[in-house]
Amino acid sequence: MTIQEKQQEVIDEFSMFDDWMQRYEYMIELGKSLPLIDEKYKIDENLIKGCQSKVWVHAELEGNKLAFTADSDAIITKGIVAILIRVFSEQHPSEIIEADTKFIDEIGLKEHLSPTRANGLVSMIKQLKMYALAYQTQLN
Amino acid sequence: MSQQTQTNTFEVEKIRKDFPILNRKVNGYPLVYFDNAATAQTPKQVMDAIVDYYSNYNANIHRGVHSLSQEATDKYEQARIKIQKHFNAEKAHEIIFTSGTTHGINLVASGFSSILKEGDEILVSAMEHHSNIVPWQMLCEKTGAKLKVIPMDQKGELVYSEFEKLISSNTKLVFLNHVSNALGTVNPIKSVIEKAHSVDAAVLIDGAQAAPHIKADVQALDMDFYVVSAHKMCGPTGVGILYGKEAWLEKLPPYQGGGEMIATVSFEKTTYAGLPHKFEAGTPNICGGIAFGAAIDYMNAIGFDEIAAYEHELLEYATNELKKIDGVKIYGEAAEKTAVISFNIEGLHPYDIGTLMDKMGIAVRTGHHCAQPVMDFFKIPGTVRASFSFYNTFHEIDLFIDALKKAKMMLQ
Repeated sequence: MTIQEKQQEVIDEFSMFDDWMQRYEYMIELGKSLPLIDEKYKIDENLIKGCQSKVWVHAELEGNKLAFTADSDAIITKGIVAILIRVFSEQHPSEIIEADTKFIDEIGLKEHLSPTRANGLVSMIKQLKMYALAYQTQLN
Repeated sequence: MSQQTQTNTFEVEKIRKDFPILNRKVNGYPLVYFDNAATAQTPKQVMDAIVDYYSNYNANIHRGVHSLSQEATDKYEQARIKIQKHFNAEKAHEIIFTSGTTHGINLVASGFSSILKEGDEILVSAMEHHSNIVPWQMLCEKTGAKLKVIPMDQKGELVYSEFEKLISSNTKLVFLNHVSNALGTVNPIKSVIEKAHSVDAAVLIDGAQAAPHIKADVQALDMDFYVVSAHKMCGPTGVGILYGKEAWLEKLPPYQGGGEMIATVSFEKTTYAGLPHKFEAGTPNICGGIAFGAAIDYMNAIGFDEIAAYEHELLEYATNELKKIDGVKIYGEAAEKTAVISFNIEGLHPYDIGTLMDKMGIAVRTGHHCAQPVMDFFKIPGTVRASFSFYNTFHEIDLFIDALKKAKMMLQ
């Protein structure tokens, strides 16, 4: 599936919810099911700055695709990370670099995109793209 | 819901009408604003003062001969006198307008850089805001002075006996908040000042969190320096004051160079203006200063004793209701505290709680409250902090408790 298709899948899922509470309950569920990062990668170097909660992200090349694993100490943040990883993981770095993130707005999580939000969704997206950029250089 | 014990004499509903923002909805729910320790809301009376300034006499002060400039100067200086009277300073020029508490602290720290020398010591408490730690670290790096920390205990109270051990003839400056922003603890500033003066050390008290709740008398407390922000006291952001004893303000060198703060300038030598202008370089926040005066008038019309009594009832009610929820742990249980509750729920991250509370219209602060050393002391990443003001109600506390229970249910 392309990033675009995955984003559409997430949008479709979230469109089934009527109110914020269902959306957040779903995010909390997603957070609980997030494939955890290997403990050895939960180090300060993998921490994303700008988050009130701790978020660790690790990236690894599998063939010519980039796979992300992550974790957070806050469950809602973990849910947001889970959505991002679902959309961006196992894609070619160049696809990740070029992808837009408008779907965040469409699934009703726009408030998390504000630069003042303490969860640092913006920083997370930036970090995923930075990884992609770094690995793309390696692939070339 | 539980029995409510609202004071009959405190007319909170009437007061709430002065705050238009309290009528708004957030995420479809009525706003419950419990982040007063971060910034207080603004009453109409203060907004009117701002509009009046820009509508009728907006002009630069202290230098124009024209009427508008004179009117603006008069109002600005009247505000200074209101603030002087409020804190019972002996002289109006002991009140220096600043951009806020942080500015005031930096002004004093900068002044002490020419006074301190190697071997001198500065004492600060373990419950300080970052803005109260960093300037002293910078000052110590510059002068070779040493920074020593007065510890606190598990209740969030200052360990006074340790302070007595730390203070010596090497101590030149003691820095302490009147009230802790993260915990609400009211510190024993009178005893601290007395003790510090016995070794000729100066004391700077951060009144940012105290001023909205306690009317401090700088003469009775024999304060050397007291710093305050207007926005915590129903005034606008970007303005505050530094109170300094005349003798200390005379002794400290100017902080910033510019207009207003000079007497004569030539390329050979500049002489500085007298107090307070020596510390007020450039065009100040004129409207902000005037609005700060209006905010002080507003709060005094309600009465600080009445405010403190009512807020204490809110604090007790909220504390009791919170304690009924399983897993709640409150940080900061000093015998004397202002209407601030810092807490966590076992197994839940404060950020998650705050996010869900916001979805239900409840504004609380989450995180380390710019007091990481306090969080490290309790070995926690942060807390949820609910801080109350005199315009909050018992009903709002009920809404807060309901929302908290709902958030807890969703997260567990």
